[in-house]
Amino acid sequence: MTATVNAPPPPTDRRREPSPWLRFGARRVGRLLVSLFVLVTASFAMIHLIPGDPVRGALGPTAPAELVAARRQALGLDDPLLTQYLRYLEGLFTGDLGTSLSSQLPVSGIVAQRLPATLELAVLAFLAAVAVAIPLGVAMGVLTRRGHGRRTELAFTTGSIVVATVPDFLIGVGLVSVFGVGLGWLPGAGNDTPAAYVLPVIALAVGPAAILARIVRVEMVAVLEADYVRTARAKRLPARTVYLGHALPNAVTAALTLGGLLLGSMVAGTVLVENVFAWPGLGSTIVQSILTKDYPVVQAIVLVYGLGVLLANTAVDVALALLDPRSTIRED
Amino acid sequence: MPPASTRRWSRVARTPLALVAIALLVVVAALAVLGPVLWGADAEAVDTGNILAGPSARHWAGTDNLGRDIAARVLVASRLSVVLALLAVAIAVVVGLLLGTAPFLLGRGRAGRLVTAAVNIAVAFPGMLLALFFAVVFGVGATGAVMAIGLAGAPGFARLVQTLVSGVAARDFVAAARVAGVGRGRILVRHVLPNIAEPLVVNATIGAGTALLSFAGLSFLGLGVQSPSFDWGRLLYDGASALYLNPAAALVPGAAVLLAGLAFNLVGESVAKGLGVEGLGIEGLGVPVGSGRWVLPGRTAAPGPAHAAADAPDPADDVVLGVRDLAVSFRGPSGPVRPVRGVSFDVHRGESVGIVGESGCGKSLTALAVTRLLDDDARLEASRLHLLGTDLRAPQATADRRKLGTELAVVFQDPMTSLNPARRIGAQLAEVATHHQGMTRREAAARAVDRLDAVRIPDPGERARQYPHEFSGGMRQRAMIGMGLMGTPALIVADEPTTALDVTVQRQVLDLLSAVRDSDAVALLLISHDVAVVGEVCDRVLVMYAGRIVEDLPAAELATARHPYTRALVDAVPDMDTDLDEPLATIPGRPVDPADVPAGCAYAARCPLADARCRAQDPALVSDPHAPARRVACWHAGEPLPAERAVDLLVESP
Repeated sequence: MTATVNAPPPPTDRRREPSPWLRFGARRVGRLLVSLFVLVTASFAMIHLIPGDPVRGALGPTAPAELVAARRQALGLDDPLLTQYLRYLEGLFTGDLGTSLSSQLPVSGIVAQRLPATLELAVLAFLAAVAVAIPLGVAMGVLTRRGHGRRTELAFTTGSIVVATVPDFLIGVGLVSVFGVGLGWLPGAGNDTPAAYVLPVIALAVGPAAILARIVRVEMVAVLEADYVRTARAKRLPARTVYLGHALPNAVTAALTLGGLLLGSMVAGTVLVENVFAWPGLGSTIVQSILTKDYPVVQAIVLVYGLGVLLANTAVDVALALLDPRSTIRED
Repeated sequence: MPPASTRRWSRVARTPLALVAIALLVVVAALAVLGPVLWGADAEAVDTGNILAGPSARHWAGTDNLGRDIAARVLVASRLSVVLALLAVAIAVVVGLLLGTAPFLLGRGRAGRLVTAAVNIAVAFPGMLLALFFAVVFGVGATGAVMAIGLAGAPGFARLVQTLVSGVAARDFVAAARVAGVGRGRILVRHVLPNIAEPLVVNATIGAGTALLSFAGLSFLGLGVQSPSFDWGRLLYDGASALYLNPAAALVPGAAVLLAGLAFNLVGESVAKGLGVEGLGIEGLGVPVGSGRWVLPGRTAAPGPAHAAADAPDPADDVVLGVRDLAVSFRGPSGPVRPVRGVSFDVHRGESVGIVGESGCGKSLTALAVTRLLDDDARLEASRLHLLGTDLRAPQATADRRKLGTELAVVFQDPMTSLNPARRIGAQLAEVATHHQGMTRREAAARAVDRLDAVRIPDPGERARQYPHEFSGGMRQRAMIGMGLMGTPALIVADEPTTALDVTVQRQVLDLLSAVRDSDAVALLLISHDVAVVGEVCDRVLVMYAGRIVEDLPAAELATARHPYTRALVDAVPDMDTDLDEPLATIPGRPVDPADVPAGCAYAARCPLADARCRAQDPALVSDPHAPARRVACWHAGEPLPAERAVDLLVESP
């Protein structure tokens, strides 16, 4: 068809703002720095918040006073607080996280040795949760869109609440007793073989997957009511394209925000799961260190977990901004 | 409690899930009270000859490392587990309330902002991490764990309280109290807290479940309750170490924790859902809802009175859109609601037809029905619904989809929401061509740029790469029209295409639609509440009232309309002769509620000519014997209006 159209000239072009990305980046980095400062200060303060003498507590009431004094000296606990804080910060920048009270090994070495196993577990579980939750949520959203599947909706909503309530360590204990002890199909401890990853990853992924699938469904149902989905239908696109091409990208934005929170909580969730499966990661180390009052190790691991959470949240914010440019502009 | 709220609570209790959860909670509470009394002795009875035994008749869950009965220990542990969880949640709520109300009490000063910022930072960290931190600070043991879990939960509650408080604080009665000089503390206690109590209690219940499960977690790690005391988590810790000898030793306390945690969570969730989701009747859950099935009229359908013209055999090829006895209904709270009640009309090739009427008269639903874009919960009936030779009542084959996708263009009311915010404009246009016209991505993208150019989008190449939010309203609507021009449309259905736009931009969009029509003899079905717009753009006007067409006439003859409603619509349009000192003319009364259509002529209640017959019998839409192109549905068509009465009505109009 021809394009001879006699519309009057359109209004003048909208001016672009001076890069919203720059403002977004600055704001995001600022927020990260403040959170980091709080995190570092909290982990430093931890040892000072403990009532009584942490060294005496760690060594026990029978330890000779000279040993306690020597340890206090080594930890620098007798110096003014500000000096200790500055030394702590300096240590962080140089990678010196102190020395373990029980093993006398450098803490940074312990963390470096234990971190990979924890990261593997958290990342694999996160990917598994997303891989299950998004298709499930989309399918449920389509099946329970307005005017459809009330029973399915009730069953899914109830089921997902129940599943999401089960704590990961209970799922872990259940999985070990069924598949590890009962059937003997999969190893219930350690991370020596690929098969050993299966149960811990499932234990950690099930709850977040249920929560995420719920959110994806709710978002999907809402998005399917949107005008632009009607526009897509007006274009007579195949149902698959309407759902996956038009509805999903909009539904997944909110799911991603929540996914970031879940990733953060999964980092911390590894603590319990690692203890169920004797997983040689940070989680089993921190619990041992808390029980033996090995405070430098505890401090360092809390710091690493906190850092993981902050990085996960920041990564999600950046991903959101890339996926949905409006969020950077809308945010003030 | 007032009746309305009693009803809400009783509705909560009616769902099966809530009933199960409440029953479970009662059992947990009973065990917490009675457990240690009834089974306390059994739980401590040591039997060193029978340690770490599996389930047996005497010990159905087996025994622990001192030969004590695990089942009895689980029952006894319910008291300590529940009490510790409640203590922890109490700490969380109290600290949360203090932190959450602080910004309100402290005002907009630095202290208030500092508290808010601190809560925001704390909320970003998962509860487990906070709990570990506080467990270190407060030391290993039950007391430390209560403090740890309580404080770990506090930021979440603080955030909740903050949100709730600021919601209530924005309401009028709080502002009024403030103006009256009431102190902030007093406002908080007297006005704000009572209004946030309900969600707070619901969340505290859910929080108790979470605390119970978290406590089990800490005890399971060995950081919570220490021997010889025992809660469920501690039993789980002992049981897990003997998992290979007696799985029941871990599974039974695990199940107990889970059931108790679920009981708290589910009660909270059901109450939240029951109180929060108003009107979404749980009554309706068992009833399958109408699924937009296509039903031929006859036994089930009762379309409006047919008329001679509509019953004519299939008209010539030049009918682009043929509609007979179209009805749209929804399931309402008291029986079906029928916003469209028997509409029949044709749109011929190249013809431009307008549908006018007030909001709620069914014109937009008619547009959606004839393009088969009704929502799934709407039910459509028609004796004929042909669009471009396709029977829309039948399921569409791929070929039909392709034909509709390229030959029918639809423009919606709100260009701000009709384009997909997550996709580039160019891609949204191009997919029509890739799906229906077999173009490659590259060809389709070029076509999209060409179409954007055709609808006068400046810099179409660059604009095609932008997202909808980078377009102005008028440009978006032009892009929507351009989307319709990707194919070779024979019909454009435009539903209030200018309503959401600025007055100056409205003109551009209307001119664009006219230009598209003139250049290619495209038919247009324009839906509008504005009779002036329709009169200007269209050849023919269909006037709808209460789901019916009440008059069908050439646009040029609007001035001689015969239905009193059409005449009132025309009179309500201000023109150059309108006396600006007089109030603008309006139609007295309200449009008919589709759920409650009166007998007889639906317009009778507002019509100055109405008599007893009008209120009893609904007039059919019949052709004018003198002008066959015109149809009208009125017992008093063309009769002069009583002028003085119209003036009276104008004065008392709302």
